Amino acid sequence: MSSEAARTLTPVPAGLSRGRMLDQDGDLRTEEMLLNMGPQHPATHGVLRVVVRTDGEMVIDCEPHVGYLHRCFEKHCESVSILQSVLYTDRLDYLTAMGNNWGFSMAIEKLFPDLVIPERAQYIRIICQELNRIASHLLAIGTYGMDIGAITPFLYCFREREKILSIFEAICGQRLNYNYIRPGGVAYDVDDRMVQTIKDFCAYFRPKALEYDDLLSKNDIFIRRTAKVGVLRPETAIQYGCTGPVLRGSGLARDLRRDMPYGIYDRFDFDVVVGQGEAGALGDCYDRYIVRIREMEQSLRIVEQAAAKIPGGEYRSPKIKGKIRPPKGEAYTRIENSRGELGFYVVSDGKDIAYRVKCRAPSFHNISVIPEISRGSMVADLIAIIGSMDIVLGEVDR
Amino acid sequence: MDRSTLFEKLRQKFGPRIIESDENGLVPSVRIEPATWPELAQSLRDDFRLDYLSCLTGIDRGKGQGLDAIYHVERMDAARLSISVRIRVPYENPVIPTVEHIWRTADWHEREAYDLLGFRFEGHHNLVRILCAEDWEGHPLRKDYKSPDTYHGVRNNVV
Repeated sequence: MSSEAARTLTPVPAGLSRGRMLDQDGDLRTEEMLLNMGPQHPATHGVLRVVVRTDGEMVIDCEPHVGYLHRCFEKHCESVSILQSVLYTDRLDYLTAMGNNWGFSMAIEKLFPDLVIPERAQYIRIICQELNRIASHLLAIGTYGMDIGAITPFLYCFREREKILSIFEAICGQRLNYNYIRPGGVAYDVDDRMVQTIKDFCAYFRPKALEYDDLLSKNDIFIRRTAKVGVLRPETAIQYGCTGPVLRGSGLARDLRRDMPYGIYDRFDFDVVVGQGEAGALGDCYDRYIVRIREMEQSLRIVEQAAAKIPGGEYRSPKIKGKIRPPKGEAYTRIENSRGELGFYVVSDGKDIAYRVKCRAPSFHNISVIPEISRGSMVADLIAIIGSMDIVLGEVDR
Repeated sequence: MDRSTLFEKLRQKFGPRIIESDENGLVPSVRIEPATWPELAQSLRDDFRLDYLSCLTGIDRGKGQGLDAIYHVERMDAARLSISVRIRVPYENPVIPTVEHIWRTADWHEREAYDLLGFRFEGHHNLVRILCAEDWEGHPLRKDYKSPDTYHGVRNNVV
């Protein structure tokens, strides 16, 4: 259905006779209706417009329209220097900016032959990325509960998220757009007191994770709203290029941290969490939700291990300073961000400005599967489905 | 199967239709003509089980060299087995056969490449703009792109 069709829709004429209102069986007859959800809608998590074709309470079809936040990220990268581009990557998935910084920096670093990232920087990167993943999942879970009508978990989630943001604020001065992980290492060093704060946070957060089980995971209303809703079969997920918790919720154990370790992820002990269909159907909204809950615990394990072993030394490579001029070449790298695989394709022509930067954003693909899994569901379930995808429009529209 | 076996088998199967292959570079890839693409794509998915189209990058090479489309394909259950396919098309006729029936995710990828770089994907069921507005003119990521001075009465390019 094109947006043109949505605009030219004629309203239902008034004064329908009783005969026309009933169908052959005497039931109230319903008609198809086009419903515009968004772009300004509290349940679309950003500026997303979904044109929904409904019949009564049923969703016949829907089509997401994206691009409302398009701000030419890729074009900007062709006009500002590489170091300045790192700053733009913050605004992609603004809930996991550490991952964006890292993904972009990794593509640039790959262009330099034999560049070694100092050990200390590797540890700091992993601590920041995993803390950021916890913060991002906390927000995803909190707002998801709110989509479905539970306000309390949101407040609990924000209480914990606040502590993580305060840690980031102390590390790099920013709470959302960090611009901290840069090609060659990280921007500033972390002192011992900060490492202790991170360890304290781990000890504080571990028992808190159990509270979410009481508040949401085992909440009967929540389970009824999410179980067997929006079932995403593994084949469909692969066809649409879904990654991250959305893919793992469908039972596929794919995690780049384990399958294609970057940084020093191969040194840490953690499990890849997958959905098991425990609420009734494999790949339903509940599975996607529960994967996030359990991933937070795994991230916490990584942070604990990294904080215990963080070595001293340089926090950025002395080889990269001043203007960053990668040698001519092309590189494609991906990292496992909170929402899935974030990829960067960078073409360098030897200058300090990249010739071309392409960003492969996970939410872009996770959104595209929404029509497939919401056909035949109720309108209220569509809200539950969109929420369970945990999309960030900043990286969809770029 | 590892990467060298994959490249070897592809070279056997497609022979001279693979114009160029770079197995050990930063982006291991093969270069082909647009006409070979549907058959190669089908073969990658069915014979080699590369079921996941990770990314489609479009590049304007500038200086009259044309446009490059780079497809990154890999296996969902084995991230290390991957290949990139490069296709170069001229500016005046940037046509590539669509692969949306092979990987569904190609639908949105191709719409984006059409929108920002002006590729035309033959056979695509709904090749319309996705990120820019429907009535936007030009393809912003082309190197010769000039942004419009006004858009619906809003002035642009003001210094």
